[in-house]
Amino acid sequence: MSSVSNIINENISTVEEKVLKTPKPYWNPYLSGIGLGLVLLAAFVIMGRGLGASGAFSSLVAVGVDKVAPAHVQSNQFYEEYLGDGTTNPLKDWLVFEVLGVFVGGFISGALGGRIKKTTEKGNRISVRNRLIFAFIGGGLMGFGAKLARGCTSGQALTGGALLNVGSWAFMMMVFAGAYAAAYFLRRQWI
Amino acid sequence: MNAPFYKFNFFNDEVSLIIAFVIGIGFGFFLERAGFGSARKLAAQFYFRDMSVLKVMFSAIVTAMIGLFYLNWIGFIDLSLVYKGDTYLLPQIAGGMLLGIGFVVGGYCPGTSCVAVSTGRIDGIIYLVGVIAGIFFFGEIFPLLSGFFYSTNMGEITLPQLINLPYGLIVFLVVLMAISAFAGAEWAEKKFRNKKT
Repeated sequence: MSSVSNIINENISTVEEKVLKTPKPYWNPYLSGIGLGLVLLAAFVIMGRGLGASGAFSSLVAVGVDKVAPAHVQSNQFYEEYLGDGTTNPLKDWLVFEVLGVFVGGFISGALGGRIKKTTEKGNRISVRNRLIFAFIGGGLMGFGAKLARGCTSGQALTGGALLNVGSWAFMMMVFAGAYAAAYFLRRQWI
Repeated sequence: MNAPFYKFNFFNDEVSLIIAFVIGIGFGFFLERAGFGSARKLAAQFYFRDMSVLKVMFSAIVTAMIGLFYLNWIGFIDLSLVYKGDTYLLPQIAGGMLLGIGFVVGGYCPGTSCVAVSTGRIDGIIYLVGVIAGIFFFGEIFPLLSGFFYSTNMGEITLPQLINLPYGLIVFLVVLMAISAFAGAEWAEKKFRNKKT
């Protein structure tokens, strides 16, 4: 918990510093969406596959568990799938490299827009500590749900949506349904 | 017909990783441009204050969908070589529900959290640690879940195949649906944006 309180203290001090650079406004959402769609189309045309995110973290988890308990992994079909047959390094994977690019691309755009800032995103009615607890729980639900659904908003909703996959459209409708159903109970976190 | 390029051996696996990195940069760039490095902006979608999630997502889906339809129609891309993945209806419905709840609890989805991390969001870092924990938990209890995980397999199936309508007509209907959703989103933003909490 001490590291969490450190983070909180540092965070408060950065909030207290005056922000010298005013962040530039975000792009028009339709324009950003078309840009995103063209990136997705490029992935289809060049690679014959779409985008993803959660898969890269699954590879990471599988490799981590394999390092700690190799025998444990061998009896588990889920980990085996991400580790492959052992002839290639499971981290030399398409999605892993794509996600590394996502970090870099986000940084480039944020830097150009003057939006790089150490802060915690939250509404006014929740403490930083509680917000971070919710962030962890939400991440956990997402990681679990994404594995159950065989993909997240990138791999299922965007990619499968553009391909008109039946499962992806069912998934996408349920994401919005789940989020709107839960939104009322979490309003203090955001608004 | 010479796309997808990778499937026609235009380049090897090593090159494909460089391409992955470059495509990822584009993906991350536009996510951040849209404001998706901010959990508040993402979560505002579910309070009708800022409908960017819906607008960006459906603009992206419609752009890529029309592009694929057109490139397939002129014979440039062989759609059968594009990886689609099987539909497992019930696990995907349950997973989608969990993901939706996780979205409004955590404030990000896995892709947007990467952008949040690289623009300095502490909650993005903690969220990503949560994602890794969630995947680990899933992996550990996978033997218990595998029955459900592999249930309701419908194979590789698309909406045109499911409801037996031409591909082009479904594309047109999705575009119509997206346009109505955009109109609804603009209306909702006007109505809810200045509402007191």
